[in-house]
Amino acid sequence: MSAGIFDPYQLPPPLLVAEAAVSLWRRGLLQSDIAITCLRVLEGFAIGSVFAVLLGTVTGFWRRAEEALEPTLQALRTVPTLAWAPLLLLWLGIDEAPKIALVAIGAFFPVYVNLVAGIKGVDRKLIEVARVYNLSDLQIARRVVLPASLPDLLTGLRLGATQAWLFVVVAEFFGSTQGLGFRLTDSQLTTRVDLMFVALVVLAILGKITDSILRVVERRLLSWRDTLGQMPS
Amino acid sequence: MSRPLAVSAVRKRFGDVPVIGGVDIGVPAGEILALVGPSGCGKSTLLRLIAGLDTHYAGEISVDGSVICGPDPRVGLVFQEPRLFPWLTLAQNVAFGLHDPDGAEARRLVADALAVMGLASFAHALPKHVSGGMAQRAALARALVTEPQVLLLDEPFSSLDAFTRMKLQDHLLAAWQRYRPTLVLVTHDLDEAVYLADRVVLLSERPSRVQDVLRVAPARPRDRRDPSLLGLRVALLEALHLERGAVGAAS
Repeated sequence: MSAGIFDPYQLPPPLLVAEAAVSLWRRGLLQSDIAITCLRVLEGFAIGSVFAVLLGTVTGFWRRAEEALEPTLQALRTVPTLAWAPLLLLWLGIDEAPKIALVAIGAFFPVYVNLVAGIKGVDRKLIEVARVYNLSDLQIARRVVLPASLPDLLTGLRLGATQAWLFVVVAEFFGSTQGLGFRLTDSQLTTRVDLMFVALVVLAILGKITDSILRVVERRLLSWRDTLGQMPS
Repeated sequence: MSRPLAVSAVRKRFGDVPVIGGVDIGVPAGEILALVGPSGCGKSTLLRLIAGLDTHYAGEISVDGSVICGPDPRVGLVFQEPRLFPWLTLAQNVAFGLHDPDGAEARRLVADALAVMGLASFAHALPKHVSGGMAQRAALARALVTEPQVLLLDEPFSSLDAFTRMKLQDHLLAAWQRYRPTLVLVTHDLDEAVYLADRVVLLSERPSRVQDVLRVAPARPRDRRDPSLLGLRVALLEALHLERGAVGAAS
C-alpha cells in the first residue's frame, strides 16, 4: 500500500519493512544483531553505572573528594561523546572494548550527576538522627544517604539507559560488522531503506522495553515515597 | 552515687553572640526535668550539646560520672519532628539504633517498644501511612528501644494538636514508667511542663542562666485539673513576665 507521495526506496510501506524483517530473521541476522547490540548496551550500562555510583557516592559525601575530582569530571562531561570515538579506537582496538567503553561513558554521566545532586539534597535532619546513634560515615552513607537519594539515582539510571542506547548505535557506526548500528550504516551503503527501517523500529522497541523495566523497578523500590507519582492509579 | 546527668558551667556562643551564659543543672536518676524559658534562650541548643551533636562549648557535661564529648549511647534524643526514615517501616525505624537491627533480640525489643507506644498493629506500616501523632510515638519508641539512661526531648509534641498532645504526654509517662530513663524535656507549653515534670527549670533571656527551679509536688498519676498545678503555671507565667501580655503593656 502506498499513496505515491514518497518513492518506496525513500519511505518503504510497512508491509515491505515487515517482509525485510522476516527475511533478515530467516537468515539469522536480525537475531544476532539484536543480541550483540543488547549485550553491548548491558555491559556498557553496567560498567558505567557502577563507576558512577562509586564515584558519585564518594564525591557527593566527602567534600575533599569533590574538590579533587569534580572539576575534572565536569570538564570531561562537556566533551561531545562522538569526540571520544577516535581515541577509544586507538586505545582499545576495534573489538568489543571501545564500543563498550563508549556506551559506559554515555551511561556514566547522567547516573553520576543525578546521584550527586540526590546526595547533596538529602535532608540534614535525617543524617542528624544517625549522628545521635554515633554511626560512622560509612554506615551513614549506606543506611541513610544512599536510600534517601535512591529516587535521584533511579532517575539517573533511566536517563543513563537512554544514553546507552544512543551511544551503542554511534559505537557500531565505526569498525563494526554486527549490531543494529552496523545494520543502519550497511543498509545506507547498499541503499536498502527497508532494512534501515527494520533497525530503527527494533531500536525503538528495545529502548521502550528498557525504560518500562526501569519504570517498574522504580515503582517497586520507591513505593515508600509520599508523592504524586506514587499514588495508586 | 553519681548523677546520671550533670551540666556544669556550660557556656556557648554562636560567633559573637553568647547564647548560653553559664548553666549548671544536675538531674537525679529517673527524674523528669522540664526546661522552659523565653524563645531564643538556647534551650534547644543546650539539648544539642548534651546529645553531642555540637561539641564546641565551654564547660562540662557528664553522664553517669564520665564526661562526654560527642554522641553517647547512654543519651537519646527525640526531635521536634518525628524524623522517621520514610523508606523504613515503623518497626525498622524503631530498630535503627540497635546494634543488630535484624536480629531476634532486636525484634523482641522493637515489638516491646512499639507495644508500649500503642503501635503494635502498625509495626509494618510505612511512615507515610500513619498520622503525625503516631509518627512521633514511633520516634519515641526508636529513642527508648536502646534504653538510654538519659532521654532528651526537644519540644516533642509542639507540632501536634491539643488532644493528640495530651494523649502523647500520657504515652510518654507510660514509657517512662516502663524504661525509667532520666528525662529532660524542652517545652514551650507550661501546662505540659507542670503535668509531666518533677522539677521545672526556668532559663533566663539570652545569654541564658538558670533563673529559677520549681518543684512540682503532686504525685503521679496527676490530674490535669489539680489546682496546685494551676498555681505553678501562674508562678511560671509571672516568672516569664507573660502574665499581662507583656508586649502590649508598655505602650
